Amino acid sequence: MAADNEKCVLVVGGGIGGISAALEVAEAGHRAVIVEKTPSLGGRVAGMHKYFPKLCPPTCGLEINYRRIKANARVEVIVDADVVSLDGVPGDYNATVRIRPRMVNDKCTACNDCVAACPVERPNSHNYGLDSTKAIFLPQRLAFPMKYAIDTSVCPGASCAKCVDACKAGAIDLAMREQTRVLQASAIVWATGWKPYDASRIQNLGFGRIKNVVTNVMFERMAATDGPTGGRILRPSDGKEPKRVVFVQCAGSRDEEHLPYCSAVCCTASLKQACYVREMYPDSKVEIFYIDLRVSGTNEDFLRRVQSDASVAFNKGKVGQILEDAQTGNLTVVAENIEGCATRRVEADLVVLATGLVPEARDAATPSVIARDDYGFGVSDAKRAIEVVGCAREPSDVAASVRAATAAGIRGVQLGARR
Amino acid sequence: MDKVGFFLCTGCGIGDAVDADELLKVARKEGKAVCAKAHDQLCSDEGIKLVRDEIAAQGLDAIAIAACSQREMTHVLRFPEVVTERVGVREMVAWTCKADDEDRQMLAEDYVKMYCVKAAKNTPPKRLEPEVIRSLLVIGGGVAGMNAALEAAASGYQVVLVEKSAQLGGLTALWHKRLPRGGGYARAEPNDIGALIATVEDNKAITVAKSTTVASIEGAPGAYDVKLEGAVAGTYKIGAIVLAVGATPYDAGKLTSLGYGATPDVMTGVEFEKLAKSGKLVRPSDGKAIESVLFVQCAGSRDTDHLPYCSTVCCAASIKQAGYVKEANPKARTYVLYKDVRTPGLMENFYREAQKGGTVFVKGTVKSVEKKNGAVQVVADDALSNDELQFEVDVVVLATGLEPATKDGASILNLAYRQGKEMPTRAHGFPNSHFICFPYETQRTGIYAAGTVRQPMDAAAASTDGIGAAMKAIQCVESASRGEAVHPRASDITWPDFFLSRCTQCKRCTDECPFGTLDEDEKGTPKPNPTRCRRCGVCMGACPERIISFANYSVDMVGSMIKSISVPEEFDEKPRVLCLICENDTLPAIDLAAQLRMEVSPWVRFIPLRCLGSMNLQWVNDALIKGIDGVMLIGCKFGDDYQCHFVKGSELCSVRLGKIQETLTRLMLEPERIKLQQFELGDAPKLPGIINEFVEKVVELGPNPNKGF
Repeated sequence: MAADNEKCVLVVGGGIGGISAALEVAEAGHRAVIVEKTPSLGGRVAGMHKYFPKLCPPTCGLEINYRRIKANARVEVIVDADVVSLDGVPGDYNATVRIRPRMVNDKCTACNDCVAACPVERPNSHNYGLDSTKAIFLPQRLAFPMKYAIDTSVCPGASCAKCVDACKAGAIDLAMREQTRVLQASAIVWATGWKPYDASRIQNLGFGRIKNVVTNVMFERMAATDGPTGGRILRPSDGKEPKRVVFVQCAGSRDEEHLPYCSAVCCTASLKQACYVREMYPDSKVEIFYIDLRVSGTNEDFLRRVQSDASVAFNKGKVGQILEDAQTGNLTVVAENIEGCATRRVEADLVVLATGLVPEARDAATPSVIARDDYGFGVSDAKRAIEVVGCAREPSDVAASVRAATAAGIRGVQLGARR
Repeated sequence: MDKVGFFLCTGCGIGDAVDADELLKVARKEGKAVCAKAHDQLCSDEGIKLVRDEIAAQGLDAIAIAACSQREMTHVLRFPEVVTERVGVREMVAWTCKADDEDRQMLAEDYVKMYCVKAAKNTPPKRLEPEVIRSLLVIGGGVAGMNAALEAAASGYQVVLVEKSAQLGGLTALWHKRLPRGGGYARAEPNDIGALIATVEDNKAITVAKSTTVASIEGAPGAYDVKLEGAVAGTYKIGAIVLAVGATPYDAGKLTSLGYGATPDVMTGVEFEKLAKSGKLVRPSDGKAIESVLFVQCAGSRDTDHLPYCSTVCCAASIKQAGYVKEANPKARTYVLYKDVRTPGLMENFYREAQKGGTVFVKGTVKSVEKKNGAVQVVADDALSNDELQFEVDVVVLATGLEPATKDGASILNLAYRQGKEMPTRAHGFPNSHFICFPYETQRTGIYAAGTVRQPMDAAAASTDGIGAAMKAIQCVESASRGEAVHPRASDITWPDFFLSRCTQCKRCTDECPFGTLDEDEKGTPKPNPTRCRRCGVCMGACPERIISFANYSVDMVGSMIKSISVPEEFDEKPRVLCLICENDTLPAIDLAAQLRMEVSPWVRFIPLRCLGSMNLQWVNDALIKGIDGVMLIGCKFGDDYQCHFVKGSELCSVRLGKIQETLTRLMLEPERIKLQQFELGDAPKLPGIINEFVEKVVELGPNPNKGF
């Protein structure tokens, strides 16, 4: 069993990549510490309704992983925290970790009594602002740790303190201060993941202006049983069931004005989302506008399955414009149709933009030991025991992220074995 | 265990929902607890102290805690000095039971009895700590295998690297240049495989066995005996195995419709690499310098007559090869005929550079290929204009795809396993993991597939994959040395114990184990291999003689829990339904439904199982004989897209239930009283409705006539 002062593998980022890396290291017999920025582990996958191509729920794998963490004393999880400095040499890194005050301590039993008492609302970031939570909130249903958190940017603090009175466990401490910890690490796994490209920058597609144009990440929440609509796909303008849904691929990706690279997962993700629509509304029609259908490997079986559905149309061509009928909220998608060399106009109730992936580290303060390319993707350096994995390194699907994370864990074994 | 203590938390609404004093009495009387205490916040320092003090004062050897779900507060409600069983009366009673006081109290009392007996039936597991051999066998000397070998060696492991051919390097050694692996992904890179091969061959911890194959593998993780035959024959002690035997290019001889075989000027990508490597890009038929090339993508791939899947690397490979032509002769014409250009991620830059460099990409399909007037004439359908396109080129290169070396049950591992010699494969012959979150899962513990054998991928991905597989192999050996299971029950130190003197050699356990754990002696008696075992309990569920048990999980234990449920005779008011649930997915779904304060029928009693595959029919018998009116089994989806973490647990449960008809007839019961429900965690809010609907169905059927007997 690991002693407290034993060096760890420092895993930055608690999404599926970071969780996997830490667990693989720990189950191989070494200590791993996950530093996660948000109040819960889970990362982007926790916002997904299902995974392609199996259409299975991400919570299934997260739950197993959380159980592995609970059962393994060699993994430590620090949430609400940032790595503010990182320096040293392989086998001997020093990381300064700043932990933001959550205002809720480990006594929290997740009983929810505080929520009824809290008078302040905030947009629910987990649901991309599609609904709201109270200022004290459970970050997600399957949160890890299963503890509430306070959004200090909206909480009035001690002047209100109604939650403090409501909490029978004595878990709320509005005087909680920022903490700093210094960790000694043998190796670094950088797994800070991705964020969706800001779709409002693609002006011709109308996101932000037109209510019924949503992004693929929002659409995942709209389909999820723990999402803002309890798993019913309803269009934002009027709550109607969308029966004509258009998916716009490469919304930002493969575009030198936005993201010059391909985001790798969006094609297969849209196939998956087409399945959500078709399953929920059997009389629905789906059309997918694409440049190339990048559905590699055996995911081709999944593509063939979706293509066999006569109500899902595929159209090679870029979408030029999306027009809104202000009265009905209905949309007209204007697109080139390369295969027919013509312009097409398609009526739709809802348009989903397959927005691409941006490495989270692109715009975030990142220690200089982590090298980054022009796009903000991190670059691994095995000799320095720094491994960048998952979407922090390149656009990757879940399985590829986990493979890279597992491989990265071996640095911990190697540097552990040497001492 | 002899001295069981019971502890009740009355916080989080539990105290309001139940009569705590009565529950403590039940624990002492029916539950035979030597002590029973309540606390209004058991997870507080004070609550923990109360438990600790009682353990010491009473000399307890086991405790049953009724509080929040066993999934919660695991960091504080941790008492390693005693056997600990937990039941989530917060979630299963206080938060989901809206019934009147009497029903709610009966529900809570049943859980108190069930978990007191569960604690009593428990024994502390003994940790096995077998001697392990810290060495890996890596089969396949391509980039995946070589990277696996090097990183394992750097981790302090000895490695035996077996390569069937006379050289290391695999397919990558055949390439003139490599695909970009970084630095803007704009240009092909020199082929540096020679340096990697030299590093491997120089590594003292790696025994390189070229021109060698595996004759047999016997044993289990931590202690395999591997026999090699060929140039480096011999027997090696091995801890775990990486299967990195790669892929073979699709047989172009089957692609006569694309002109292959009719003229040497129609060649495969592999042949074109060889040409480029020779330094002379000339037309094979007459030695003329190549001035024009058409690359035909998906030659065999994405074609249900050949390879139904996409081979992933061919698009980028053709772009690379077009680069060879342009490099030799910037004026040369290069065309790529494609279905979709698949250069995902940063490889998009490589595609864009090729477009800028003048390679023309045309979406279309080949109609005919023939050698005419000294050139190769290709007619294709242009998908964009619907016109016919004609190409007259010096050479046509077919981008043939990849087939896994494991296809058609090729003889590679030669395992001396009762369930077969090779690794079970999935769609199209790939021994790929079925689990998106767990890409290294296999059905043979200790053997991990990596690289193109597992799924089509480029060499960079295969290198990473080889390292990942080596990590899993090392982890498997280290876990074995600690007596711990590997995923998904990592850290579990229990293992199935076989009471063999009562074994009837029916072979159900050896047949049903999803991981090929058990071998058999000549008579058919199971031979356990603990380090292959994942501790799912499928064997325990399969055994009709009930001779397989774990220290903390047995047919008798769950049977005793069922028998401790009170079954009132007045059915109209109090029917009883037993729900045997998967603890991996259904139990958390109940907790999530409880978080939403959804209502579950107060007549249901839940018992979580390690896996539905561990369900022994005896339990259904016990329940029905006792007068329980219905039994619902809730577990993971099965079928092609199965979600069971133990591969086929829920499906095996379903098969077993098919055999219960005889029991039902004997007890004069309708088959509708037993139901297997497939369920996934993402549907958590739907679970209460599904359960309540079943309860209503049971109420319609009327009482189990065996009540009171």
